[in-house]
Amino acid sequence: MKLEDEVVRRQRERAKITAWLLGAFVILMFFITLAKTGINW
Amino acid sequence: MPAIEMTTPAALPADWRDFVALTKPRVMSLVVFSGLAGLLVAPVQLPFVLGFTAILCIALGAGACGALNQWYEAEIDAKMRRTAKRPLPAGRMDRQSALHFGVGLAFFSVILMGLATNWLAAILLAVSILFYVLIYTVWLKPRTAQNIVIGGAAGAFPPLIGWVAATGHVAALPLLLFAIIFLWTPPHFWALSLFVRSDYAAAGIPMLPVVAGFENTRRQIFLYSLPMAGAAVAPWPLGLAGPIYGGSAAVLSFVFVVLAARVLANRSDDPKQMAAEKKLFAYSVFYLFALFTVLVADRWLGA
Repeated sequence: MKLEDEVVRRQRERAKITAWLLGAFVILMFFITLAKTGINW
Repeated sequence: MPAIEMTTPAALPADWRDFVALTKPRVMSLVVFSGLAGLLVAPVQLPFVLGFTAILCIALGAGACGALNQWYEAEIDAKMRRTAKRPLPAGRMDRQSALHFGVGLAFFSVILMGLATNWLAAILLAVSILFYVLIYTVWLKPRTAQNIVIGGAAGAFPPLIGWVAATGHVAALPLLLFAIIFLWTPPHFWALSLFVRSDYAAAGIPMLPVVAGFENTRRQIFLYSLPMAGAAVAPWPLGLAGPIYGGSAAVLSFVFVVLAARVLANRSDDPKQMAAEKKLFAYSVFYLFALFTVLVADRWLGA
């Protein structure tokens, strides 16, 4: 495998994981806000 | 040989698995568990999402400690067999990435803890991270054989943080849990350092067996196990835990002291003949898990 290909592969993998983590953080903050404001489902 | 293996490591962005390894996941599991125990024995029950976030923040804080520790000790880690394969000494990651990752995790965990639970818990988390990185890793570890004794306080914070996250204040029981881990840390680490002494000596780290010898270390292990056993049983006579916990803690601690006595009786300097030390090290991990599990069980069954 060429070096450039490996660099791109790793960057894409990290970008994907970062996106998933940011999405999870947004959802977590949403539920924290609900819990802190005392809204019960 | 493929071109990729011949390149210098810094030419490649680090793999995400190396960032995970940087957080020392195995150490994190014990930290998370003790933090969870502190949260679960607290008299206040947090909503699930807030409790989950508190534990997540404790885990991320521990991860930050692991990353910053490895950033600072990269050159020392390279000299020890046990740590030479970590991402930095193995050349799979550049130091700056580890530093940024560690600092970022530390800030993120503290701020999220403050927003989700309360700022006293966030301050305690910040203090524990700073204590581990600055007091233990930077200051004590390379300078004194007592590094583990004082530095052990950093690892004793999680149950206190878990409790404070739930209640918003400090109380006697979480302080006792702090004391148990504080007194447990020296026998735990010294048992390990006895059979990996040559690694620490090669890296120039003044662990007790390197500085004070095997016999003295074994004596210290035994001596520390006695007040640790006392602190472990103490919640029962003090009325902070029930008989399920008291009886279990007494049995678990008795076995710990017996294993420490076997270490004391061992006279060998050869790591191959240190079965007693290896057994104590393995049991010490089980001991803490078992003790905190029983404490939670006692609180929930007795309630």
